[in-house]
Amino acid sequence: MTLHSGHLPVLELNAEDYEYEMSDYEGARARWCPGCGDHSILTAVQRLLAAEQLAPENTVFVSGIGCSSRLPHYLKTYGFHGIHGRALPIATGIRLHRPDLTVFVVMGDGDCTSIGAGHWVHAMRYNLDLVVMLLDNGIYGLTKQQTSPTTPQGFRSNTQPRGSWLPPLNPLQIALGVTNASFVAQTAEWVPAHLYATLRAARQHRGLSFVRILQRCPIYSSAVYLEAVQHPANIRMLVHDDGVVVHELDKIYTNQVAHDPHDLDAARRIAGATDRVNLGVLFRDGSKPRYEETRRVPPRTQAERVALIDAELDRYAI
Amino acid sequence: MHTETEARPTGEAGAAGAARRKLLSVAEHTIEIVSDAGEGAQKCGQIFGAVSAKMGNGVWTVEIIPAEIQPPPRVPDGASGYRIRIGSQPVTNWGDATTLAVAFNEQVLLARHRLDALAPDAVLLVEDKWATDEDPDIRAAWESAMAELSGREYRIVPVPMEQQCLTLVDNPRKGKNMFALGMLAYIYDRDMDRVREQIAYAFRKKSEEIYRSNVALLELGYAWAGEHLDFRIEVAPAPSSGALVVMNGNEALGLGAIASGMELCAMYPITPATSVSHYLSEVFERFGGIVHQAEDEIAAVGVAIGASYAGKVAFTITSGPGLALKTEFLGLAVMTEMPLVVVNVQRGGPSTGLPTKVEQSDLLAALFGQTGDAPHVIIAPATIEECFHVMVTARRIAEAFRAVVIVLSDANLATGVTPFARPKPDVRWQAEPLDLSPVPDGQKAYQWDPRTGLSPRVIPGRPGGMYTVTGLSHDEGSKVAYSSGVHQHSSAMRSRKLAVLQSLLSPPPVYGESKGDLLIVGWGSTKGAIEEAVDRARADGLQVSSTHLRFLSPLEPGLKKIFKRFRKVMTVEINYSDEPGEPFITDENRRRGQLSLLLRSSTLVDVDCWTRVPGEPLRPGSIVEAIRSQLHYLHHSPRGGNQS
Repeated sequence: MTLHSGHLPVLELNAEDYEYEMSDYEGARARWCPGCGDHSILTAVQRLLAAEQLAPENTVFVSGIGCSSRLPHYLKTYGFHGIHGRALPIATGIRLHRPDLTVFVVMGDGDCTSIGAGHWVHAMRYNLDLVVMLLDNGIYGLTKQQTSPTTPQGFRSNTQPRGSWLPPLNPLQIALGVTNASFVAQTAEWVPAHLYATLRAARQHRGLSFVRILQRCPIYSSAVYLEAVQHPANIRMLVHDDGVVVHELDKIYTNQVAHDPHDLDAARRIAGATDRVNLGVLFRDGSKPRYEETRRVPPRTQAERVALIDAELDRYAI
Repeated sequence: MHTETEARPTGEAGAAGAARRKLLSVAEHTIEIVSDAGEGAQKCGQIFGAVSAKMGNGVWTVEIIPAEIQPPPRVPDGASGYRIRIGSQPVTNWGDATTLAVAFNEQVLLARHRLDALAPDAVLLVEDKWATDEDPDIRAAWESAMAELSGREYRIVPVPMEQQCLTLVDNPRKGKNMFALGMLAYIYDRDMDRVREQIAYAFRKKSEEIYRSNVALLELGYAWAGEHLDFRIEVAPAPSSGALVVMNGNEALGLGAIASGMELCAMYPITPATSVSHYLSEVFERFGGIVHQAEDEIAAVGVAIGASYAGKVAFTITSGPGLALKTEFLGLAVMTEMPLVVVNVQRGGPSTGLPTKVEQSDLLAALFGQTGDAPHVIIAPATIEECFHVMVTARRIAEAFRAVVIVLSDANLATGVTPFARPKPDVRWQAEPLDLSPVPDGQKAYQWDPRTGLSPRVIPGRPGGMYTVTGLSHDEGSKVAYSSGVHQHSSAMRSRKLAVLQSLLSPPPVYGESKGDLLIVGWGSTKGAIEEAVDRARADGLQVSSTHLRFLSPLEPGLKKIFKRFRKVMTVEINYSDEPGEPFITDENRRRGQLSLLLRSSTLVDVDCWTRVPGEPLRPGSIVEAIRSQLHYLHHSPRGGNQS
């Protein structure tokens, strides 16, 4: 932790008194393109960390590969920039071994819904206490405009130049279909107040919080969310006291629907609706079993273990 | 070699038959129980092996496993069973051929005959009910099998196993194995109290009634043998050598992992590695550890890497196809210098290959399978005892060198069972408790010592660290760096660690004379068979020695110096190599054994190889033959030898 200028003098600094500010979480300077939605997400994350007063040394951001997965480099917390599609297994290992750490996972749509789709489904089922962010821009950006599973049908890319052949995969429906899923939400980076509130709700949920963040790529898929960005009427806000309510947005996003996030059937119906873009918490259930708790075992000291091994060897003694 | 005397009646039923019978005193004997799958031959063999070990014999046992779970009955392919080699000295391998077999039908016996598993003068005790079966096809099959078997000097003893069992139980299929165990206990004069004790242990999860029924069948077999067999076999116990334990190599790997203080095993089921996790799943939690069965092989290694990153070194266990899937993650672990232990219990390949059979053909895949330059450590335990200790060594190296350590075991060690010196667990074998102290000011993520490439590890939770590790090429601060020179330097730092590790190793000892005509070089599970072959060849006056490598990456030091003291150097391995003299095969295009390829490149010595992929462990006898033919060539060819 670094002492922030204007704060308490060094000698009187006590970790318990120290208040983290957004700047305490600033890592390397972000190198995303100007206008990239990831910048907004980075800011929301830093705001969340400060709001939650998470100690940087006890916070870990794990990512895969892609533009979005650079995010850990731009934070001053522990970070693990892994390999394509495999952020979730790494995060699983961290949580299993160190439940004292707060772990966030950052993935792109290629990472999460394509090459890492298997891990995604199983991680939802393990329901470890993780905030999992899918930064979904509907395109492969870092490798320069290839179709992803969430690319809209007909969208032209370098791998499908006559337009994407298939209807896009709906990440919300998949997430809501997984046994033991405990938190599923959708937000958009161009609505920063909603983004922040959703991440905060995700962080406060105990279990795996899956947040799909609609994210614009100004270079390769700027048109994907254009309608929703330009016309707030195309957005449907799901509001509920147990979900996300951002009153400052009421005047812009007038299309609001009360949705109880404990109602899984309703959540599935909403996830499947294609008339509008839904933002809000679709589902949450804090009572679902969490894998790191299910698997918790009493720790052993070195000496205890030696004695136990000796007893175990008796079973094999001749 | 063996002596025949008149038997003194011993044991419970010893006096029963009272007839004069031969007592064969031998230094060793190899026993097999074969049946259709599911008839319990393996349990019978396991109990016999355990009792023999407890009575002080040297013992090595191997499973005979069919590829299918429930193959159709009475087909040679379905032979399932257990082979136990017992001796008056420690037994280090499965030996050459079976000298006494108990078969539940003639078809499985035929399978063993056709595989050349039976010694020419073997005693074969075979269930005889098939000879008079009501199905004429079965009777015909019996006749034709007997005709085929009669081509050898086997001594075939028909035994009415089922008929006998029916006097006690309704379903003889479920009891024949205990009857067979009783016969073996009589023949080899096993201590019946120990046998009963072992039965109680084997059926500890079953009811008292099942135990009693099994013991009754055991005693019936013992009594029947006492009345009807005219021979007994004596294999004196080995000289006592301190406290021993007996287990298979996979149990040893699991216990070794526990003793190393590792607390997380992430795995995905794959034969023949899975039984490590079966064992650990049963006991690990008592030791403060867990087995995480991941959704796939890739996730398994990812979870282990995540756990290692966050705390104590974790491990994953797999076999060849799984290792292939883990490849990309291994590269990440090397690049991020993440300590990690990967156990590969090798099987036959490529692809699904021979899933239940032994092979040593993943060495090059383990070493070179990763993309880019990915230096890491490879260790191969040579014995079941070493399967235990290798895990402690692997964990310590992984931690101290911030390195990936691949442990190459194989199906021979995995399923072989033998006694070994009881380990004395030590707190120093275990990982230290997590250090969450603040990182010293200015310490970088990879504070490489410029001479050694070593750097202190930092785990999350330590104030002042907050590094982001990455699979991208990076500098000391873990900053992504594309500037010229950074990748060169970081590659050198990662590679240097192997040279530093090698500087701490000793040259491998030479078994036999330190110079001579032929040096055999082996690795992994073949040590016992190779050294037995060397002993036999030396007893015949041949100038042959052997050396056995545990470290394959880095290679153990001083090899070239050792090799130069022999006229010829040859690896013996269970992997494929082209045979010289086969069509199209030349010295240049010949594809060689995997270790020989490594040794040739690192020593520039013309290391030859003799390799086989029979889907079974190497027999010492066949290695002796290979030695003979090499030495014959060496002595009779003007160009023989490679050191001139």
